Amino acid sequence: MKPIAAILGVGCTKVGEHWERSLLDLAIEACEKALEDAGNPPVRALYVGNAASELMNEQGNISALLADALALDGVKAVEVRAGDASGSLAIHQACLDASFSRGQEGAILVCGVEKMTDVMAPEVARIQMLFEDSRSTFHSGVTIYGLCALLTSLYMSTYGVSYEDIVLLAVNDHKNAANNPYAQYPFPITVETVLSSPLVADPIRLFDTAGIGDGAAAIVLKGPEGARSSSDTPVAVLASEVATDKVNICEREDLLALRSLRLAAGKALGRAGVGLDRLSFIELHNTTSVIGILSLEALGLAEPGKGVDLLKEGAVAIGGRWPVNTMGGLKGRGHPWGATGVYQVVEAVWQLRGEAGKNQVDGAEIGLTSNMCGLGSISCVHVLARWEVMA
Amino acid sequence: MSVPKFWREIPHKYRLVGSRCRSCGAIYHPRRPICPRCGSRDMEDVKLSHRGRLLAFTVIRRAPSDMADLRPYVVGLIELEDGVKVLSQVVDCDPAELKPGLELEATLRRIRVHGPAGVIEYGYKFRPVIKWEAEAGEGQ
Ligand SMILES: [Zn+2]
Repeated sequence: MKPIAAILGVGCTKVGEHWERSLLDLAIEACEKALEDAGNPPVRALYVGNAASELMNEQGNISALLADALALDGVKAVEVRAGDASGSLAIHQACLDASFSRGQEGAILVCGVEKMTDVMAPEVARIQMLFEDSRSTFHSGVTIYGLCALLTSLYMSTYGVSYEDIVLLAVNDHKNAANNPYAQYPFPITVETVLSSPLVADPIRLFDTAGIGDGAAAIVLKGPEGARSSSDTPVAVLASEVATDKVNICEREDLLALRSLRLAAGKALGRAGVGLDRLSFIELHNTTSVIGILSLEALGLAEPGKGVDLLKEGAVAIGGRWPVNTMGGLKGRGHPWGATGVYQVVEAVWQLRGEAGKNQVDGAEIGLTSNMCGLGSISCVHVLARWEVMA
Repeated sequence: MSVPKFWREIPHKYRLVGSRCRSCGAIYHPRRPICPRCGSRDMEDVKLSHRGRLLAFTVIRRAPSDMADLRPYVVGLIELEDGVKVLSQVVDCDPAELKPGLELEATLRRIRVHGPAGVIEYGYKFRPVIKWEAEAGEGQ
């Protein structure tokens, strides 16, 4: 177990409809919190993850804009774009930077940000279709939730599973979000809440979908050397891995296998030298419940078709074998696309520092985060650990 | 959408033209220059079958901004007779009558209207295969 980077500080805004605040306002708040949490080290590089600022906020080139706004004079600034996987990929690039530039002075700041409420919901749906192969999505008119609906139907018919059981993941998310002050939907729901909400794309209903929200999350990291002298509570990044799959789901050999996640997770766990049995908790990407369940199966926590059993048995609840989405996940915390992958790592750091409040996983030592674009055209997995675990 | 983009996409949208790998025989839609199965660059255009069967479907009730006037509409995952899978709207049907395995055929329809000039984009959609003989038989 050898860390590739050390996380020194984290911060985020509440996810929500921040009508009075701009993309830049949100990013600045998250960055300032993370920098303060890290003890305000000098910053040598900024990485920004964002999916669609040009299309939603009439603003491009946001890494230079944010560096300027934060008065990080002359700093290196890089923007990373991969739909709703942008945030984790920004962290991935920052980890590469940290290991490539070993021994360099200064910390690296990573910010994931998305300001979605500047456009109407149907426009959000249209922009999200651009993250798939647009020749297919725009020709058929299938939305991301439409694609999730097709996978949900296939999952139900292939494995004889009910929709009621699938949406238990949304119920799990909301239960955890209720104790997260930064969550967009901090209240519990029941299966009945989901089933009585409006249909979005049959069989998927509104309370099975991640909402539309604004948010920013940030982390400060550096190379692993001397982490202990830079911070009292550094968190180790043991692995950061990325993999891709056929973008068009029609071309996938098995439509119910999230291959990019399986590949990225395999590489990440291998690099970390950690088996699934060592994971204390998992932050999953669940645009809808079925994607979260397929993720459990892609990670190897359940056989194909058996992911729902983990939900029914309570294995994914806090106190269960593999607590999932401990601060609310995409459904409860919210899903501001380019920020989501960074929120997941921020929340993992809270767990590993013992700062997760009522949702603290007892003795949390190692956590895994999985972030993807759309239906897994690209996946990025991080494995994080308490610094003491490596001693 | 620009006029060149329109023209570029006509083969795959109007005529269901895909690519066949001359080396391993795999067929793809939309077209591909490189075969992901065997790595060959030797690809030829091929017209796909206009008939297939429904594997799964959904009814889009929350549509993207430029398709809002169509909603609700049905999108199906369809396996064509040559084994290629496509996503397409399924029209001329009541969603309640749709079920996996249903036979479908391609038909040319309006997809969406672009911009203030009102440029209309056409392309394939699918509809249930009409079985005239079966209906005539029922009437006897
Ligand atoms: Zn081939």
